[in-house]
Amino acid sequence: MGVVNRRRFLATAVGGGFTLAWALPGGVMEAVAQTAPGTPLTPASAGGTPVGIWVVIKPDDTTVIRIARSEMGQGTLTGLAQLVADELGADWKKVTTEYVPPEANQANKRAWGEMLTGGSQGIRQSVDYVRQGGAAARTMLEQAAAAQWGVAPSECRGHEGAVTHAASGKRLRYGQLAEAAGKLPVPRDVALKAPGDWTIIGKPLPRLDTVEKTNGAAVYAIDVALPGMLLAAVAQCPVFGGKLAGFDAPAVQGMPGVRHVLPVGDNAVAVVADTWWQAKTALEKLPVTWDEGPGAQENSKAIAARLAEGLDATTAAVGNQAGDAPGVLAKAKRTVTATYGAPFLNHATLEPMNCTAKMDGDRLEVWVGTQNGDATLAAAAEASGVPLDRVRVNKYLLGGGFGRRGQQDYTRQAVLLAKQIPGRPVKLIWSREEDMQHGYYRPITQCKLTAALDDAGNVDALHVRISGQSILAYLAPNRLNNGVDMAQFQGLIPAEFGYNAIPNLLIDHAMRNTAVPVGFWRGVNHNQNAVYVECFIDELAAVAGRDPLEFRRAMLAKSPKHLAVLNAAAERAGWGTPPPSGVFRGICQNCGFGSFTAAVAEVSVSKAGDLKILRIVAATNPGYVVNPDQVTAQVEGSFTYGMSALLYSENTVEGGRVVESNFDSYQVARMADTPKIETVLAPTGGFWGGVGEPTIAVAAPAVLNAIYAATGKRIRTLPLKNADLSHA
Amino acid sequence: MVKLDVNGRAHEIDVDPDTPLLWVLREQLGMTGTKYGCGVAQCGACTVHVDGQVTRSCQLPVGSVSGKVLTIEGLSPDSSHPVQAAWLAHQVPQCGYCQSGQIMAAVALLNEKPQPTNDDINEAMTNICRCGTYQRIRVAIHSVAGGKA
Ligand code: FES
Ligand code: FES
Repeated sequence: MGVVNRRRFLATAVGGGFTLAWALPGGVMEAVAQTAPGTPLTPASAGGTPVGIWVVIKPDDTTVIRIARSEMGQGTLTGLAQLVADELGADWKKVTTEYVPPEANQANKRAWGEMLTGGSQGIRQSVDYVRQGGAAARTMLEQAAAAQWGVAPSECRGHEGAVTHAASGKRLRYGQLAEAAGKLPVPRDVALKAPGDWTIIGKPLPRLDTVEKTNGAAVYAIDVALPGMLLAAVAQCPVFGGKLAGFDAPAVQGMPGVRHVLPVGDNAVAVVADTWWQAKTALEKLPVTWDEGPGAQENSKAIAARLAEGLDATTAAVGNQAGDAPGVLAKAKRTVTATYGAPFLNHATLEPMNCTAKMDGDRLEVWVGTQNGDATLAAAAEASGVPLDRVRVNKYLLGGGFGRRGQQDYTRQAVLLAKQIPGRPVKLIWSREEDMQHGYYRPITQCKLTAALDDAGNVDALHVRISGQSILAYLAPNRLNNGVDMAQFQGLIPAEFGYNAIPNLLIDHAMRNTAVPVGFWRGVNHNQNAVYVECFIDELAAVAGRDPLEFRRAMLAKSPKHLAVLNAAAERAGWGTPPPSGVFRGICQNCGFGSFTAAVAEVSVSKAGDLKILRIVAATNPGYVVNPDQVTAQVEGSFTYGMSALLYSENTVEGGRVVESNFDSYQVARMADTPKIETVLAPTGGFWGGVGEPTIAVAAPAVLNAIYAATGKRIRTLPLKNADLSHA
Repeated sequence: MVKLDVNGRAHEIDVDPDTPLLWVLREQLGMTGTKYGCGVAQCGACTVHVDGQVTRSCQLPVGSVSGKVLTIEGLSPDSSHPVQAAWLAHQVPQCGYCQSGQIMAAVALLNEKPQPTNDDINEAMTNICRCGTYQRIRVAIHSVAGGKA
């Protein structure tokens, strides 16, 4: 992709001894702000002709497809390029990509649409307009050929990188037509291909960014090297909400390489040095005093008690309701109750937070990995005091995002530092410890579920009470709906919940906030809610004496897509056939991010309690599949991320700060934990669902239900490292 | 001055000998393929070879390195090492950030055990991948062992 090529140039420059400056070809970016959005945006598209705003074609047929979302491993770069290329009739071998710079989007009334990359929406929320972009460009190329040949455009067909005219046998490559095509008006509302005519969408094409990710050439923001660049290590008040009270700069100012010791906003201090290692070494020696503030009182025990109170509180916000669950439960002969819980979790992207910034007079430039280019531009402008149109944001590949890089705190810090050292680029890198202790954690919640079973063992009433922290209350209180965080009900709202047929249903949320910052996290809310509901449904099946699959099937009769994907997983796993001796199965399903998922886990648990996850069958119906191999990779990745949360990871709070500091205390899943993951793609077409997150919701409950089958134990509080799985 | 042999090139570097090899590679030599993930020998993002031995460079003072260092950049001139080829064939990388370390760890494993079992892989491949590419890494390693990369 263009961005990567540009960075390669950079890497070369560094090897040559900081002699070459990073530079765009003359005035490219300035031009963008003043001209139509077709202007080349990065060196990757320089020398080519924009045909519409999404496609740039060079004389040698190189086809640059513009990508507004961010690539963080989820394959969206390749998937979005496939969508455009198919409608364009591109020769896939000639396709490359470039990021749309956020300032170009800003200067052109957000012509490239949404940049936010989260909620598994990179593809499903841009599919229509990016395909339109490809179709418009193809139409322009066909029109250009028709004009040259003096025939009707309707007789011309753009396909595999060329326009052909069947009657005369004439053919012109896109590279030959681009210049003329680029001058034509961009048509609107071009008819899109029917799914049956797709030639690039739906193919398991190799990703466009793999080679550089196998030879060290891929450049992430942490790798940025600029002439005269200084490096910064930062310490933020370890207590949430605390402030910087003071620091003794002279104590470290004589240390090797140290150039500056500076406050960063009101809650952090940084050492700036010639290298990051020098900065970090000096920072560790820097005497700092903090004003910890009231946040220092916060701790895990108090939080747990606060949440437990919410489980029975009389007031709660309703997310899904039918009949009279409380009334039926109060009178029911047979009720079942259980309480579950899930901890705070750091995202722990493998690339720690980092950002490079440079203030030059009234101009600001930043180099950063971000899930939201628009928001980064706005935050950088605000932190610097420079107007938006004086800011450049260079987007890099992300060494993981998972929601964390949708936040702008690290960008703001870099900008605040750069402001104090004008004219010099400053690269701020968080240590892993800093990253672990200053997350936007997956919110902590508890959940109490109560059900009434009738004489036949059917669920007559279900009350799901979630108690816990709200992401929106912390991050975006303006998005609360009369004080209610509807996102808390992800997976449980009528549009997603599979068990709406339960006659008496109440799903509600008692918001109980903490001093800990919370944020969006891969599959957030779904991955806690699915544990609660799908494990509890399993409990009900056991009480009713029914097979967990049969029990769910009966309850999902009116939710055909949920049912179909559940059946797909069950069938592949061989549910109903006996598993090998010592092996036990668990099953579950969920709907989220526009997709339907289900999983069957096979585990063994020794008498002493050693768990082995042997096999996971994960079925998914995302409607249409853009790239089956990449969807499979996302299913594998989501399962693995969910497995870390299931087995090991938790953040606890003492004295208002996070206790865990690195991967020794915050363990994550590794190779030895990883079972055979069998992905079942069960797309029905007809809709576009997400794929980056949905499977995480079914990872943990499938395994937990299998553990019950193996041990008779219901583990209701995560992670499993705290549970005793030994059994008789 | 610290003397260092990296990918067959000799360097003399003016750096505090206590600086971890990782940061010398990244900051003094500008070789950024080797990554920082934890700094405490937990994640393996910084994995290189020193005299053929798989080594987490974040905990290794550069002054103590006397052997030949091999980094991802020196594995092959054109990304054609069988392990790189297998990574490509099996589309292993997602974000890619861990993959330099994963590849260096896999190369060392295969050098030592050309036909590793699943248990060998579990034991040798302890690098963290937050994107969850473990299954593909396993398959890719087996494909190299089977000569099918
Ligand atoms: S950075 Fe060396 S093991 Fe993590
Ligand atoms: S590919 Fe992202 S951490 Fe491994």
